[in-house]
Amino acid sequence: MEHADPEPAIIRVENLEHAYGDFKAVDNISFSVKKGEIFSFLGPNGAGKSTAINVLITLLSLQKGTATVAGYDVTKDPQRVRESIGIVFQDITLDRDMTVWEILEFHGRLYNMPDDERRRRIDELLQLVQLGGKRNERIKNLSGGMKRRLEIARGLMTRPKVLFLDEPTIGLDPQTRMRMWDYIQGVNNEGTTIFLTTHYMDEADHLSDRISIIDHGKIVISGTSWELKNTLGRDIIYLETNDNEAAVSLLKDLPSIRDIKIKTKGFLLMVNEDGTKVLPGIIDTLRNSAIEITTINLKKPSMDDVFVFYTGREIRDEGAAPAKPAFLRAGGR
Amino acid sequence: MKARRPQNRRSCGREGVSMAYGFMTIYWRDMIRFVRFKTLLVSSLLQPALWLAFFGIAMSSNFDKLTAGIPVPAGAHPVGYLTFMGAGIIAMTTLFTSLFGGIVILFDKNWGLMREILASPMNRNHIIFGIGLSGVTKSFIQAIIIMGFGILIGTAFFAGYTPLQTVIGVAGILAFVAMFALGFLFLSAAIAISMESPEGLQGVITLLTMPIFFASNALYPIDTFPEILKVLSIYNPMTLLITGIRYFAIGPDFVSLGKHYAYTPMDIGWAFGGLVIFTLIMFTFAWWRFQKAVVT
Repeated sequence: MEHADPEPAIIRVENLEHAYGDFKAVDNISFSVKKGEIFSFLGPNGAGKSTAINVLITLLSLQKGTATVAGYDVTKDPQRVRESIGIVFQDITLDRDMTVWEILEFHGRLYNMPDDERRRRIDELLQLVQLGGKRNERIKNLSGGMKRRLEIARGLMTRPKVLFLDEPTIGLDPQTRMRMWDYIQGVNNEGTTIFLTTHYMDEADHLSDRISIIDHGKIVISGTSWELKNTLGRDIIYLETNDNEAAVSLLKDLPSIRDIKIKTKGFLLMVNEDGTKVLPGIIDTLRNSAIEITTINLKKPSMDDVFVFYTGREIRDEGAAPAKPAFLRAGGR
Repeated sequence: MKARRPQNRRSCGREGVSMAYGFMTIYWRDMIRFVRFKTLLVSSLLQPALWLAFFGIAMSSNFDKLTAGIPVPAGAHPVGYLTFMGAGIIAMTTLFTSLFGGIVILFDKNWGLMREILASPMNRNHIIFGIGLSGVTKSFIQAIIIMGFGILIGTAFFAGYTPLQTVIGVAGILAFVAMFALGFLFLSAAIAISMESPEGLQGVITLLTMPIFFASNALYPIDTFPEILKVLSIYNPMTLLITGIRYFAIGPDFVSLGKHYAYTPMDIGWAFGGLVIFTLIMFTFAWWRFQKAVVT
């Protein structure tokens, strides 16, 4: 509508940088989000996801680069950006002594919705997130999942073009997380573009149309979940042998093998073809050279593998980067 | 999607409205909290009455006896200590309520709605105005309760006033209370948005209340103070407020604690003007702090 582009970008970020003192939280990132898609920033805590989101929602000032949201520049037109978006913050942003209805009413008034539209929208949204029966309940009496659902409803009050979700399922139990995913997908099906940050691989994998893996403030790789996994090959084979070095040098030139990663006790083969077909040949090759195989495992690349492959380590906690070698995780899960 | 277009256009037109009434949303929400916490509500209304009942009656029974021998100048109107300090109690209550009025901002910043508010299209000044308005409302309720309760236990407020004079007197007091309360509410909001912990805020507020309260004419005349303290006390907003309250509640000419007070309307105008200047400075301070505030 606003753009003549065949695939209009609703968020467009170019060369964005944001530093706290000397520390570059976001380091020269560029990406765009298409209208109607679910786009994820996947990265460990402290990777710069929240900083990036806070610049886009105009809570942090833009230091370097450009960013437009819903067609408006975040520096030149922050008011318009604010009117066009909905936000679910990383931490619960509710008043425990207000009621469910009051939280939504407050938001509607804050965004200056007319009375009748506000009332109608509250009824609709309470239905959508199944909190109709909790209308006059105080926030402190709600469960974690209910609070999150209420925040999603609040984010949708003004019918935003983009809904920002910063770690939407953090701290929720597995069932609640999955229900939350359903709500998020439902909202997306109704046409709202969704930008979410997460450090859960399965969440990014399950929900997103496209994912950008972000680490140390940089985007490491972007694509659909399928594309990202495909960069690792079709299958991953994990082998342990009595002579790993010899085995690797023997296998590394096979045409079906895309890449090899050495692990502590064994090694991983990323293969281009169906692993079940390739495996017998590999076993024969090793047997013929009198190398004894002690362990075999075959699996499809998961988002975890992709993440570890591109960031060089498993997901870490709060900015602490353990000096683990850049190996893939053993595949026996 | 098509239905969005006209609605968007309408929201442009509504911006003028949001500029004007945004603070009412903040006010509405703060008043919900005020009436919701019943214990807090009752104690905040009871506390000033208790000050008047215990401190007031105890001190006045002493002071009135001590000052009984001091001759009253001809034509001057003598008032008891309870009446004298009643004005001080209204001011003290307003000071406390206002300085704590901004605390909701700190709570919102750490655990509540501040991120939502700051990320909304609403102009940040409306947070300051909204908090100001709800604080003034609370102070009005308290001031009226103290006046009513005071008269009940023997303060000679509005004594000998006609009904019209009483109405003017109450209105005058509330105008002074409002201006003073706004000043300290703005200060409180500015401190709250800049601080990280409620304990810190509590410390700063306690530090402020002591000198403001005691370096004023709330409980005693300031004429006999040492020079520096006297100068501080004369320009203390608290003194300006109490002068205004006494003028409207007792009259322009009275004697208490052996001291003769005579105010011209000009004096009162200056006192009010002083409060206006104080409040404007505090608003500027709060405005600056809120422009700088980053909450993520």
